[in-house]
Amino acid sequence: MSFQTDNKLIKWFDDRLPLVSVMHHTFVQHPYPRNLNVAYQFGSILGVMLTLQIVTGIVLAMHYTAHTSMAFDSVEHIMRDVNYGWLLRYMHANGASMFFIAVYLHMFRGLYYGSYKAPREMIWMIGVVILLVMMATGFMGYVLPWGQMSFWGATVITNLFSALPVVGDPIVTWLWGGFAVDNPTLNRFFSLHYLLPFVIFGLVFLHLVALHQKGSTNPLGIEIKGPADYISFHPYFTVKDFFGFAAFGVIFAVFVFWFPNYLGHPDNYIPADPLVTPAHIVPEWYFLPFYAILRSVPDKLMGVLAMFAAIGVLFILPWLDRSRVRSAAFRPQYKWFFWIFALDCIVLGYAGSQPAEGNMLIVSRIATIYYFVHFIFLMPVLGWFERPKPLPTSISEAVLAGKASTSAGENA
Amino acid sequence: MSAASHGGDGGERRDFLVITAGAFVGVGAVGLVWPFVDQMNPSADVLALSSTEVDISGIEPGQSVTISWRGKPVFVRRRTAAEIEAALAVDVDDLPDPESDDARHKEGKAEWLVVLGICTHLGCVPLGYAGDYDGWFCPCHGSHYDTSGRIRKGPAPANLEVPEYAFLTDTQIKIG
Repeated sequence: MSFQTDNKLIKWFDDRLPLVSVMHHTFVQHPYPRNLNVAYQFGSILGVMLTLQIVTGIVLAMHYTAHTSMAFDSVEHIMRDVNYGWLLRYMHANGASMFFIAVYLHMFRGLYYGSYKAPREMIWMIGVVILLVMMATGFMGYVLPWGQMSFWGATVITNLFSALPVVGDPIVTWLWGGFAVDNPTLNRFFSLHYLLPFVIFGLVFLHLVALHQKGSTNPLGIEIKGPADYISFHPYFTVKDFFGFAAFGVIFAVFVFWFPNYLGHPDNYIPADPLVTPAHIVPEWYFLPFYAILRSVPDKLMGVLAMFAAIGVLFILPWLDRSRVRSAAFRPQYKWFFWIFALDCIVLGYAGSQPAEGNMLIVSRIATIYYFVHFIFLMPVLGWFERPKPLPTSISEAVLAGKASTSAGENA
Repeated sequence: MSAASHGGDGGERRDFLVITAGAFVGVGAVGLVWPFVDQMNPSADVLALSSTEVDISGIEPGQSVTISWRGKPVFVRRRTAAEIEAALAVDVDDLPDPESDDARHKEGKAEWLVVLGICTHLGCVPLGYAGDYDGWFCPCHGSHYDTSGRIRKGPAPANLEVPEYAFLTDTQIKIG
């Protein structure tokens, strides 16, 4: 299955630096299960989004000034004076949101089809690390325009660390480089916001190495058994992925061109004022479920710990899930609990966007408890009690059922 | 190298060299990392801006002003008799962060309350003359403070901080 060519120059080159054969192996030859459905689009879309964020970010950095007295104006300069600056900034700002939409769908796909299970725990855990770094990157990026939400978002989030006993306050001062969020904070956030996407790039590389080590899962959750079960990446999945880019690109374009500020917050068009807190502080939408968990706990330290635990629990998910069956398609009870969990996340997101008082506080408390019950209690217990449906013997058998005329092995 | 030769006359010396070299590398690495960590702490010019003088002669009873100290808001509130009374009327032991009102103002200056305008929950600026106790109310996550700036209700763990300050004259205070 190695790369073949008659071109002497490419042969000479590849013999010394096997770039061409590695690329060929990765993006042309690599076998993928023939039954991947639309839920499996988002990985490649995320690759495109990361590239787009890096490219738009690099050019925005050519016009942006990371100083408290100039940051806000430099963003307005990008919007009004820089050629196509408005387009680049709206692509970058909405791109962050689209990035998170894609990553959450990618994760829900993993939860539904049990992609995190043995032997793919490393793929999943690297993915959770990518999510954490993405959150840090998105948070710091939102601080850069130096509007009211930037400033107060930065204040609230950095203050989370003050909840830690003893070391909390020195850590916060260290993060700020002062006694409040100020110019040193803005400068270092800019530096790190530029750095972290490249860290993500490296992590994505590891994510893919781990993926190619064990191969992709598929909606049936059974492994590839023979040549009839898989097809090569190119042209089958390249064309499928390009279709996905086009469809996702349409939604992205609708936001960029028609609703560029829908996902943002109007308060961020008010320059930062360290002496006035906006009446209602909300983080970007993609943090809302976690923000709801933070606020639903009445104790400061416990709230912070619960919020981090909400992501931490994902790390141990491969070991919490005791079921031997991978795909929810064959898990009649888990299937329901999956959708209840998805709904729970949406409820948390809504609760996070509302003031934390009255009924909404009760709702967010129940939703927070359910979030942890799902992982810590339901996932292990379901594995013991659930009676899974019988699994098909092979991917090709299940896919080709009722199509007897198609001969197995046609794609070998 | 065989196990036997390791126990011979070169062995102990080699172990000593490995352990010493390792220890020195460890100490050196920590020494090298520290400047990279410490550069993020407040710089000399930030530390230099550590005190502010305020003229309080224009503040009427029932009025509060906000001033900026080290980039943070400080509330200077001239309390009315009713507000002081309300602050004294509380049983200190029932408070989430027990502190008597006397400990929160300068001796003989019960009228003047000087607190950092930073909610001890997550750092928002509370709104004055608001909340269930008519002291301060933090709009971010719903913490209520009383007329002594003490936490009474909500997620904040501690009272509003009283910064280091001194009366230079009856109408002049120095914060920091």
